[in-house]
Amino acid sequence: MTVTRPRHLGVPVERVDGLAKVTGEARYAYENAPASPVYAVPVQATVARGEVTRVDVDTVLTWPGVIAAMWYANAPRLATGEDSELAVLQSRRVAYRGQYVAAVIATTYEQAREAARTLHVEYNAEPHDVELRPGHPGLYRPGRVNPGLPSDTVAGDPEAALDSAPVVVDETYRTPAEHHNPMEPHASVALWDGDGLTVYDSTQGAGASRDRLASLFGIPPAQVRVVSPYVGGGFGSKLAPHPHVVLAVLAAKQVGRPVKVAVTRHEMFSVTGYRTPTIQRVRLGAEPDGRLIAITHDVIEQTSTLGEFAEQAAAATRVMYAAPHRSTSHRLVRLDVPTPTWMRAPGEAPGMFALESAMDELAIACGVDPVELRVRNEPAADPESGLPFSSRNLVACLREGARRFGWQGRDPRPGVRRSGRFLVGTGVASSTYPVIRRRSRATALAEPGGVYTVRVAAAEIGTGARTVLTQIAADTLGAPLEAVRVEVGDSALPLGAIAGGSMGTASWGTAVVRACEALNRELAARDGAVPPSGVEASADTADEVKAQEKYARHAFGAQFAEVAVDVDTGETRVPRMLGVFAAGRVLNPRTARSQFIGGMTMGLSMALLEESVLDTEFGDYLNNDLAQYHIAACADVRDIDAVWVDEEDPHLNPMGSKGIGEIGIVGAAAAIANAVHHATGVRVRDLPIRLDKLIR
Amino acid sequence: MRPFTYQRPATAGAAVAAVRERPGAVYLGGGTNLVDLMRLGVATPEALIDVSRLAGAGVQETPEGGLLIGGAVRNGDLAAHPLVRRRYPVLAEALLSGGSGQIRNMATVAGNLLQRTRCSYFQDVTKPCNKREPGTGCPARDGDHRNLAILGHSEECVATHPSDLAVALTALAAVVRVEGPGGPREVPMPGLHRLPGHDPSRDTRLEPGELITAVEVPALPFAARSVYRKVRDRASFSFAVVSAAVALDVADGTVRDCRVALGAVAHAPWRAWEAERVLRGAPATGDTFTAAALAELDQAVPLPRNAYKVPLARNLLVRVLTDLTDLAAPEAR
Repeated sequence: MTVTRPRHLGVPVERVDGLAKVTGEARYAYENAPASPVYAVPVQATVARGEVTRVDVDTVLTWPGVIAAMWYANAPRLATGEDSELAVLQSRRVAYRGQYVAAVIATTYEQAREAARTLHVEYNAEPHDVELRPGHPGLYRPGRVNPGLPSDTVAGDPEAALDSAPVVVDETYRTPAEHHNPMEPHASVALWDGDGLTVYDSTQGAGASRDRLASLFGIPPAQVRVVSPYVGGGFGSKLAPHPHVVLAVLAAKQVGRPVKVAVTRHEMFSVTGYRTPTIQRVRLGAEPDGRLIAITHDVIEQTSTLGEFAEQAAAATRVMYAAPHRSTSHRLVRLDVPTPTWMRAPGEAPGMFALESAMDELAIACGVDPVELRVRNEPAADPESGLPFSSRNLVACLREGARRFGWQGRDPRPGVRRSGRFLVGTGVASSTYPVIRRRSRATALAEPGGVYTVRVAAAEIGTGARTVLTQIAADTLGAPLEAVRVEVGDSALPLGAIAGGSMGTASWGTAVVRACEALNRELAARDGAVPPSGVEASADTADEVKAQEKYARHAFGAQFAEVAVDVDTGETRVPRMLGVFAAGRVLNPRTARSQFIGGMTMGLSMALLEESVLDTEFGDYLNNDLAQYHIAACADVRDIDAVWVDEEDPHLNPMGSKGIGEIGIVGAAAAIANAVHHATGVRVRDLPIRLDKLIR
Repeated sequence: MRPFTYQRPATAGAAVAAVRERPGAVYLGGGTNLVDLMRLGVATPEALIDVSRLAGAGVQETPEGGLLIGGAVRNGDLAAHPLVRRRYPVLAEALLSGGSGQIRNMATVAGNLLQRTRCSYFQDVTKPCNKREPGTGCPARDGDHRNLAILGHSEECVATHPSDLAVALTALAAVVRVEGPGGPREVPMPGLHRLPGHDPSRDTRLEPGELITAVEVPALPFAARSVYRKVRDRASFSFAVVSAAVALDVADGTVRDCRVALGAVAHAPWRAWEAERVLRGAPATGDTFTAAALAELDQAVPLPRNAYKVPLARNLLVRVLTDLTDLAAPEAR
């Protein structure tokens, strides 16, 4: 076990890159300006299914500034024959409306955009099927669900148990498609140098992006470099490369010059991923006192004809509550839509809306307080695997939250509290997110004068990774923060895990600790003498991660919300929201708080506002800008607070931390939906809870 | 983006001449809608004639006790003007409910009145839209119309007008002053905006090349007690789902006079004549208010997915009328 002298961990250190960001010095992907770049602007399919029959390349080639126009017939071929979302311009087939079917490359962005806007494309359109619906004949059972979990689980005899349970809740909950909408739209700048490729990108995983590009273009990974030091938010939409990256690289190959591609906000509603809509049936069978006998959670979702993304919406249900009889299942249908992808807490966010709404309904059916109901169903070990939890403090979060929020003495009757023209209510829901750690590598370099450089291909997506890794390194080295520089966001650095699954700090941090420890040993062996060339040590956590003891590792939390619903207009506002989390050791209270309340805010947004509206006639999402796709504004977020309970867990990683990037969104929507029911007596089971569902 | 020229004439007359001389020329105010439409390819002007900095009327009191507002006055400035705040709270509230601080600082009064619908089909050039391309059809009728019209729409178009300001000005019976190729004229509100009928391509009754130079708001003493209430999904920075601009004159428990307009329910800001007829001279009670709201909404023809707007508009009207009556109560005593 590491003996560190903690001086910076646990302290609310300010962001080490804050000044660079607010002064504009931090350079984001599109701001990279290689010599004489040209600009590629894609043309998007205007049919949802069919074939491109003709593209009038010749006309736009006569336009000022236009260098090339690419489509299937003249684009460079990729090395892989795969038929995926990334096989850009490799086929005539159109698999979804908005898919890239051509692109124009010109000397200015404006020229390229105008030519792309007017480029004439002809299609053989075919009837499309874009609507997820229960009983769809194409529903199938996926082999696994994200991130490699079984699609179905069963224990005991849930059907028989439900038949004989004294109390049963059996309801269907729906969540709509949602788009991530990070502040920084996706962008890529691609340069070929012989067989070498450099891509400035906005990505949550430079290493993973590098490997994918290498395989698509048939070159060794060592010849590809992906640079992404700053990312203006990702939320999962930048975890894997999307078609624009491939387009930039293809175009650069075609014209032999550096190519810049900026994805517009509109395009982001079709080509950079989204959260699948879900239809979820939850059945709870219980004793009259609320003790669960059976839990079933059956989910249907969509994926595309190009790829399978199976969101694990029922996965959290496998670990939340004790019950002898239980089952979960996921079914997908392939529609003529873009492929869904990870979006902040994929699985847990929609799944816990359903489960935690159902728990509220069960609390009412049994006449048990909703906090107490959850406490009564606390399992002694992971209900699915039987493994002990490395730590589990859901009950502590519920109790602490109830105390802080003033839950005691809550009148459970729905629809009876008025404050002026508002109906007022409160709700609670649990949160959870798994603790994941993956292999990473890091190096630590000491230079004369007590200066250190730590390198790891982590991603700084606005979470504060660079800051926390600096704290981790400084404490391991026993150095002041100012003496440590951490380099991230470049595939040329020692490879790190992706910034996804709330695994970043645990994965990179372990590698940073081990590299710094190795450096400490090196320096000790030299009696601290540092030659001008410096002393470097490295670490690879492959073995450590593999040798991890068997535990069920999860973070937990409890969210409390107060809502006020206008009796005349049905407008729902959230005057108060509190999250209490048990997530191991909090390494930086400042950036952690930002992650928690950021997640909760996104959960509020999910509860009340966010919905990508499908147009069944055309097959696309209609509300494709920020004026139409509503994300919570400052005025929607009033008194919001996040706190945490102390959790000492020796089974996690050298820092003792659990991931905190996603748990804040989990349960937030259910807490608000439960509060809306408490306020109004109306149970909204399909998000978002907009006024049209409450107006009388 | 398509190349275009840009001019900033010194006078309104020069601006009118510039647009007349140049086919494809359009006036540019704050650009908060037009520039978006140009990016979308919905608007493809050859020339922009910038009228946002014309020395206009500013904001001045008229001899009759009303207000004359220059077409180029910024929304933010107008909302903050002491005379507007004191005499026409409905106007200040409508302005402040629109857009964001940044947008209000750019947007002009004339431009705000002439902004286009935010119907998503209108804004997407890859889809049919009778307003954008006459004769191509209206997919909103069978598609997404959750926030579209319940009143005065036609087979051809179910769009709504998005302006908040226009709703308040409609309630206040403002008069729009126009200069154009045919000389100056005045257009009353309501009357500036039109219902879609068989020609949804035209939002207003302005002739080609006409420029709004000013808006005159007549004196209306009882508008000192007036309200703009905007119902919306998001608490700020979003368009109305339904809005109401109401001024109420109550004395001795009776409605002496009133002005009522609804927003986000039709192709034009909707003066609620029927509601006003029921209200005038009637006791200022909840029953009257409900009867007034129902009389107005009796004309509503909701679409399958926006029927909620009818009870919403009803509740909103009753609520606003009740609130204004409660405000009046202390003085009545």
